[in-house]
Amino acid sequence: MRAVEPTFERTADPENLQHIASAVRQKIVRTIALAGLGHVGGDLSVTDILTALYFDVLDIDPANPLKPDRDRFILSKGHCAAAFYSVLSLRGFFDPAAVDTFMKPLSPLNGHPNRRKIPGVEANTGPLGHGLPIGLGAAIGAKVTGQSWRTFVVVGDGELQEGSNWEAAMAAGHRGLDTLTVIVDRNRFQQGAGTEATNRLEPLADKFRAFGWDVIDVDGHDVGALRDVLATRGSGKPRAIIAKTNKGRGVSFMEDLVDWHHKVPNAEQVELALKELAR
Amino acid sequence: MSAAEAPRADGAVETFDCRVAFADEVIKLARADQRIVVVCNDSVGSSNMGAFQKEFPDRLVNVGIAEQNMVGVGAGLANAGMIPFVCAAGPFLTGRATEQIKADCAYSQYPVVLCGMSPGMAYGELGPTHHSIEDFAWMRAIAELIVMAPVDPAETRQAVQWAAQSGKPVYMRVARFKIPAVTGPDHQFEPGRISTLREGSDVTLAAIGTMVSRALDAADLLAEEGISARVLNVSTLKPLDDATILKAARETGRIVTAEEAVSSGGLGGAIAELVAQHHPVPMRILGVPGFAPTGDTQFLLDHFGLNAAGLAKAARELMGKGGD
Repeated sequence: MRAVEPTFERTADPENLQHIASAVRQKIVRTIALAGLGHVGGDLSVTDILTALYFDVLDIDPANPLKPDRDRFILSKGHCAAAFYSVLSLRGFFDPAAVDTFMKPLSPLNGHPNRRKIPGVEANTGPLGHGLPIGLGAAIGAKVTGQSWRTFVVVGDGELQEGSNWEAAMAAGHRGLDTLTVIVDRNRFQQGAGTEATNRLEPLADKFRAFGWDVIDVDGHDVGALRDVLATRGSGKPRAIIAKTNKGRGVSFMEDLVDWHHKVPNAEQVELALKELAR
Repeated sequence: MSAAEAPRADGAVETFDCRVAFADEVIKLARADQRIVVVCNDSVGSSNMGAFQKEFPDRLVNVGIAEQNMVGVGAGLANAGMIPFVCAAGPFLTGRATEQIKADCAYSQYPVVLCGMSPGMAYGELGPTHHSIEDFAWMRAIAELIVMAPVDPAETRQAVQWAAQSGKPVYMRVARFKIPAVTGPDHQFEPGRISTLREGSDVTLAAIGTMVSRALDAADLLAEEGISARVLNVSTLKPLDDATILKAARETGRIVTAEEAVSSGGLGGAIAELVAQHHPVPMRILGVPGFAPTGDTQFLLDHFGLNAAGLAKAARELMGKGGD
């Protein structure tokens, strides 16, 4: 039997956050190798964003995942469930060992997150372009009921090709919903090729600005910078954080290679990856 | 004499647009429960939500012409603890946002009440793009989504009340085509339960929505010929009241279904699936066979034989008594 996996507490210290992100990445690689399936490239690109949110920024309580005034977080890029499960479990929402059952028959850890099975999940995502409208609704709900919690949505850059995002962006800008923050995991790749080669997104910041959003560019792997940006509130406008990331971040032979969208590392590659990530 | 038995042949019977009762009931609920909120897509007028907007301006979210966003916003409002009534023309609500209805509402199990306004061929003249006749088949395929079509104003009010407190995702047709009241004063809508509006032993006429009053008229025609027709008001398409259908199959041996919807995958399909597996009986499935031509609703229903004469003809055929 393997040793009990340690979980981590909330921390504002960038070094601690960095350490947690490294643990999350190692867990992702092990999880995907065990499952023989997954989206390792996007999981590793979104890790620092999720770490900054779950280990510092979000007002949440793992012991009471549905507390009414919690901050809302929606992972619109639901295919990166391995990263999400790793983060939720290491934050104490459920036993980290349970992540070993990822995508196994009858496991509650579906290939895409399910709110009815996993504490801490707010919406069943997977099909792309769903998260931002749901986040918009949650943010409008807070406003209508006079509550002050914030809503965060992480979208993949590729999924911004879905029109529903822009329906929501238009409505959020129109309403000046400043409790709503979207974080774009801008790793520049989608499943088959680069985003710019497939259906160009740039100038992405201008697009959000044109829809009435504040836009902030940030290094999506600088956990300290991410936490600083995410912890502050904007005023009068929804905020788009464009987080520049690398697909497969932290593993030299995966970084910025479209092949690793959902390729599974073999035993030798896992060993190599874990060694690099532990540094 | 119940309303169901009231004479209708003289043409003087009062008919109703169910949107009026719908809007009135939603407002009543909203006065008592701050969680009630309406989401619409530039459809405040066509959803008859002007009065709601006036009384609760902060609780009407008009997202503009954006149905996918509209349904996602509904799910997000439910996440925030509210009870959203998402109102839009039936074809666009169900067609453009099917995946959002499936993933964001049903699979996520958020209690969003999806209200398909002006369903069926209410927008007859506007053509098939604006006909909501596929909605039963589309929505019926989605797990855990309750699909209902309240038949008249009284049942519409009761369905709205039930949906609001159910905690479940619901798709509800809100009829615009004017029909008479068919439920009596004692009628109590119960989701998943069919009400038997008229007993009969020779054939069952199982109808939904706009077809129910026409089925009652058909039963009158058949009675004149000595045929005893049972009339069922199937106000909940899913879950289906299996027991009442199978009882009707056993006791009458023949079933005619009628719906203002495509004739596959809806009410007729649901009943055929059930009886074929448990008590096969001859059936006729009346619905819309393809894309409809232009014309008002009344014309189109008659054009497709979705009227008393059409139902009676189908029943006669099942009785082996020929067509006309």
